[in-house]
Amino acid sequence: MKRNWNWAVWTGASLVFLGVISYPLFFVRFPALRDFPWANLPMIALGLVLLALGLVRAFRRSDLFRGKTFGSVLAVLALAFSGFFLYGIFIGARHVLPASHGAPQVGQTAPDFTLPDSQNHPVSLTGALNSPFTLESTTRAATSAVKAAGVILIFYRGYW
Amino acid sequence: MMAISVDSPADSEKLRRSQGYTFPILSDAQEDVIRRWDLVHLHGRRDGADISRPAEFLIDPSGKVRWVNLTEDFVVRARPEEALAAFDAMNKSSPSGQ
Repeated sequence: MKRNWNWAVWTGASLVFLGVISYPLFFVRFPALRDFPWANLPMIALGLVLLALGLVRAFRRSDLFRGKTFGSVLAVLALAFSGFFLYGIFIGARHVLPASHGAPQVGQTAPDFTLPDSQNHPVSLTGALNSPFTLESTTRAATSAVKAAGVILIFYRGYW
Repeated sequence: MMAISVDSPADSEKLRRSQGYTFPILSDAQEDVIRRWDLVHLHGRRDGADISRPAEFLIDPSGKVRWVNLTEDFVVRARPEEALAAFDAMNKSSPSGQ
């Protein structure tokens, strides 16, 4: 007798795979979904549930459904894959970065520096803090030059 | 606003053009500043090279640090709203434009 294709096992495993892989490839671009994997966790959870249901019927009704062997292999892979993901996001990601205790703290004076910008012109922190920038106002016909109100400095990893 | 990484000026220029950024993107290829600010992420790059950890600072006109964001979680970064809120808070405590 020809047994039925156990779609739940395959769909479940695909969902888990998709749920993990879509985080770095897609959802990481959205800050809210990057800070906490709101989109990925439901996909992975649903995938694991489907996989479990498929596996149960493969074993209980092996006369009707296929997937005992393949389902077990997929289940182990899916569990390993989602475990790897959860570990990476919730534990690994919090132990990657240095503590940076020596970084300038609130109230301290930021050490000055001079570095080349992307066109090789030297730019210094004090220079940026002291350089006037042009404030264009729609309410005033004239543009007024005021001193910078501060500088937001962003250190980033680079190599994008 | 200014950004700093270990990328070469040429790489930063590529990024600036592709994203249309108008702020300066500074190149600290020797990690001088990144080291002095204690922001080095040892072997942070995939190939094992040292890079800067993600970090954001707000510096007031006198050169004092007014806000710092040193994320402990690799996947969580400061959002623009947070930096703007810090900026507003600074301007409230010492009126802007000075």
